[in-house]
Amino acid sequence: MDYIMNPAFLTDFLSSSLRLSIPLIFAAIGVVWSERCGVFNIAIEGCILGGAFGAAIGTWWFGDPLGGLLMALVIASLLGLLLGGLAVGLGINQLVAGIAINLLVGGMTAYLARQIMGNNATAPLPGFAVMPIPLLSDIPIVGPVLFSQGPLAYLAYVIVPLGWMLLYRTPWGLLVRAAGDQPMAVDTAGVNVQRLRFLSVLGSCMLGGLGGAYIVLSQVHVFTEHMSAGKGFIALGAVILGRWNPLGAAIACLAFGMADATQLRLQFGSPEIPYQLFSTLPFIAALAALVLFSGKVHAPAAVGRKFERSGK
Amino acid sequence: MVVPALRLHGVGKLFGEFRALDAIEMTVAAGTIHSILGENGAGKTTLMNILYGLYQPDEGEVEVFGQTVSIPSPRAALDHGIGMIHQHFMLVDTLSVVENIILGLPGQGMRLSLDEHSSKIDALSRRYGFDVNLHAPVWTLPMGMRQRVEILKALYREARIIIFDEPTSILAPQEVDGLLRGLRRLREEGKTVVLITHKLEEVAAVADRITVMRSGRVVAEQDVAGLEKSDMARMMVGRDVALSSYDVERPDPGPVVLEARGLAARNSHGALALKAVSFELRAGEIFGIAGVDGNGQSELAEVLTGILRPEGGTLTLNGADILPMTIDQRRHDAKISSIPEDRQHTGLVLDLSVWQNAALRDFRRQPFSLRGWLKPTRMRDIAADWVKRYDVRLRSLNQAVRFLSGGNQQKLIFAREIEARPAVMVVMQPTKGVDVGAIELIQRAILKARAEGVAIVYISTELEHILAVADRVAVICGGQFTGMLPRAEATVERIGSLMAGISETPEAP
Amino acid sequence: MIRLVATLYALRTVWALCIAFALGALLMLFSGGNPLAAYSALINGAFLDYWGISGTLVKMSPILLAGLAVILSLRGGLLNLGVEGQIYMGGLFSSIVALYVTGLPTTLHLILAILSGALAGGAWGMIAGVLKAKRGVNEVIVTLLLNFVAINLVSYFAGGPMMQDGAPYPYSEEIPEGLFLPIILPMTDAHFGVVLGLLIAILLWVLLRSSTLGFSLDLVGRNPQAARYAGVDVGRAVILTMFLSGALGGLAGSFEVLGLKHRLYHLFSAGFGFDGIVVAFMAQLNPLMSVIAAFFLSGLKSGALMMQRAIGLESTVVDAVIGIVIICVAASQAFTFKADQWRAWFARRQRLNAALAVQSQEAK
Repeated sequence: MDYIMNPAFLTDFLSSSLRLSIPLIFAAIGVVWSERCGVFNIAIEGCILGGAFGAAIGTWWFGDPLGGLLMALVIASLLGLLLGGLAVGLGINQLVAGIAINLLVGGMTAYLARQIMGNNATAPLPGFAVMPIPLLSDIPIVGPVLFSQGPLAYLAYVIVPLGWMLLYRTPWGLLVRAAGDQPMAVDTAGVNVQRLRFLSVLGSCMLGGLGGAYIVLSQVHVFTEHMSAGKGFIALGAVILGRWNPLGAAIACLAFGMADATQLRLQFGSPEIPYQLFSTLPFIAALAALVLFSGKVHAPAAVGRKFERSGK
Repeated sequence: MVVPALRLHGVGKLFGEFRALDAIEMTVAAGTIHSILGENGAGKTTLMNILYGLYQPDEGEVEVFGQTVSIPSPRAALDHGIGMIHQHFMLVDTLSVVENIILGLPGQGMRLSLDEHSSKIDALSRRYGFDVNLHAPVWTLPMGMRQRVEILKALYREARIIIFDEPTSILAPQEVDGLLRGLRRLREEGKTVVLITHKLEEVAAVADRITVMRSGRVVAEQDVAGLEKSDMARMMVGRDVALSSYDVERPDPGPVVLEARGLAARNSHGALALKAVSFELRAGEIFGIAGVDGNGQSELAEVLTGILRPEGGTLTLNGADILPMTIDQRRHDAKISSIPEDRQHTGLVLDLSVWQNAALRDFRRQPFSLRGWLKPTRMRDIAADWVKRYDVRLRSLNQAVRFLSGGNQQKLIFAREIEARPAVMVVMQPTKGVDVGAIELIQRAILKARAEGVAIVYISTELEHILAVADRVAVICGGQFTGMLPRAEATVERIGSLMAGISETPEAP
Repeated sequence: MIRLVATLYALRTVWALCIAFALGALLMLFSGGNPLAAYSALINGAFLDYWGISGTLVKMSPILLAGLAVILSLRGGLLNLGVEGQIYMGGLFSSIVALYVTGLPTTLHLILAILSGALAGGAWGMIAGVLKAKRGVNEVIVTLLLNFVAINLVSYFAGGPMMQDGAPYPYSEEIPEGLFLPIILPMTDAHFGVVLGLLIAILLWVLLRSSTLGFSLDLVGRNPQAARYAGVDVGRAVILTMFLSGALGGLAGSFEVLGLKHRLYHLFSAGFGFDGIVVAFMAQLNPLMSVIAAFFLSGLKSGALMMQRAIGLESTVVDAVIGIVIICVAASQAFTFKADQWRAWFARRQRLNAALAVQSQEAK
């Protein structure tokens, strides 16, 4: 416990917490958008994994992390199109479609990673270097934590308020919110609900892909099978905890990042405290939120339901 | 000649083989309140959905202010200046009034300028005498206020023609005056109002002209001035109704079996749909309940069968309070059988076979099962017997019930419910979507049950069918009985007026 | 004619599989493999070789039971994504009973161990059932989250209180030999669990088809409104369905421990819970078909390594193909047979043909 008071340790711990939460934040903002519009995005897990895969392949091909970023977005968009096509277009159960995509991505990436990169699959890839912001990064503790991160992290800082603004301060965000609660109102106002949902899903998956790209390009610099390890599901939990609000979800992600940082330290540090306590924390918190909020705060009312205009 | 706001030429609509609209001719003068009267199934809503772009006409033309138009979507309707106030509001409860009004408004750009719109909407609201709190979330507002938000939505999009679909169906009585005042105000401002309703009081109060529809056709169109409510009722409902088309004996009814006092219940929207219904039901009698759909009949049937818990009132069977009984208990202990309103979604499981559906209500009891195990042979035998006696046309007992025609599905349900030898039957819309031959069989089956001493509540919107079998007819309107007539006095005019909300008796017996 | 169309629709899973395997072949071609050689090596390795078959049967035990768990939940109108967690809970409690309960005759001990696994899985599933019935909480998210809790719980126990002294990675002591499930193919790992799974599949089929309980659950799954009208207590049915579904998952875990691993290992389930979803969809929710589907899927997974050894194609290609399969099967679900539309279409065709016939007659 006296560790906490040590500034070097604190800085290190907080910095690590933030870095662990960045992929969650990207995914969570994506999920907020999708679910506020009425579509469950359980495939976010697959999008993170797909994004990570794309980042690895792209970087390897082009020799530049920007290429990896691009590839991550391409793959995530393809997944978004697939989810949109299955769940919104064909009207398949959104959860089934999402699970199917997760399984597809898991299998495909495990196979293709080695096919494409061959024996270099385990070699470390070039990533985004840390880019400290001058002046700001010199502030004690806060500086190194917040302002000595990679470019994708800075992107995440921007995406959170941007996501919030788009949702609450633009006409399009208004439509998205309405489509998740009362799609009929949107339809009779003359706006195509299916197209709205499709675009939300696409954007949502792309954000998930960014999260995966971050893990590869700024954290571990390599792709391993199933490396998303449930982060997508944690993001789902963060969204519930954050009450489907981008800011709330982001804060929940930060909390989960902290829990993750703690459990990692415990895993390699003190064997007396079971690290599993901390690794289960995000899931238990999300469950508690679900139970407590049921009846009080609802998920967007029309989420999960296929929208069909009755009659033609 | 002033260009009419709306003109329909030969508009027709087909759903598969079913002709919903047949050569509709209609002219709505600009700046007037034009009412469309008709019973359920008359085609009013189908017509309005065409005007609002939710359906496409198969035949005919629509002219808006002299221009022939095509309306492929609600957006197109709005572009042509047509706004619609739906019966069930298209508002997002969690958003504020302003947000709902500007939802999907074209030309907004990137920023949501709530303040700018708020002041404009406020001015509009004042002009029409609406007193709406613009920033309140919609879920906090009473129904009447929400309706005004819907109207403001249409007005803000510069609608020149506003269609109201049964606008008073969800309003409290005090709010109706507010609406009527609002309608007059709209007319003063030069807007054209199309009012779809079956409430003759409202028509008499505000409408300039009416179009009466029946079975997909226009049967009359004339100015309201000079028309009596009884004339309107007759036009809406009247036809040569063949009474007593079934030549059966009518023994006197037996003792009172079921007694309902002051039943009140809320519908799924939380509004009080059933207000204070009381009646007595005797063994061996058919008690018909007529009324336009949506006036509390569904809720009444659900209260009687146990699906809906009433808010108030009592229900006793042979003196015993049956309200605490579950659906299963009502069916088996109280012996109340029911024919549900929605046979395809409540009364049957479409993907299961005929013989499985035959056992749907009693599969946990003998002879359909024994100690937890189904007895399929027995189930099939019983089903085969019913199919023969009730003339259910099918290819095989193993067929999924979805492949049966509506009439045959209904006959199956009737067989199931009547063969259980009930004491009471609650029959809801038995002839909806059923062919003539099946209707005959069903009516006869009901009469036979009556002869055997079953007490029957027969709820329907088909006046002709009720009058053919009922011993007495009550009319339900706005969640209450507006009148109760013995068979001999049940004329079409009187029932029509009662259905239209003109109350004959202050309270039902 | 309409029945032919209906039958074609009913076989849509088969079409989906064909398309999936065609796409898989494309994938193999892309990476320089030979699809024909790959598929035949796969089939050989999985089904036509003694050791191959044993490997298939080993995998089939948990995959079949997981598939049955998902099928039962779906038949009851619910989606149980928590089978993975229920497997872990089943394995956990079975091993606890196996290792720490003493003084019981072996048969009784074994039965108790199996039952406690089932009950543990059932209780784990029931959490979601109760939440759904009482508070309307979406069971999908709940079961999904509970997976991770269960996995971590087992990880804790296997690496902590139950861990064998001096073990190099987290696993427990070995359970007493008397509690091992019997081996069904000599000199292999194929154990009795798969036979029990088969029996349970048949039992489930009979139950759903012929018992009033099964009929009630099925009703709730098909049409809760009609079920309510028919007098079924929908809330109780939901809880019961999740309990039974969870219990099946628990059994899967229990048999893994008692039949194959003989210890509680941390991370002992290789995603069998999710394989169960694949099985459920391929089997179109029919318990008997799930035996075939599970056999097939287990064969694919088990044969993958044999295939890799035989022709050098990465075994992970099978994972990719399985992913394609599930997408195709899921997509095929969207195409439902709409009798009315087809009938209308046929009627129109008939009228058209009749009109043309008349026309050509008149022309003569």
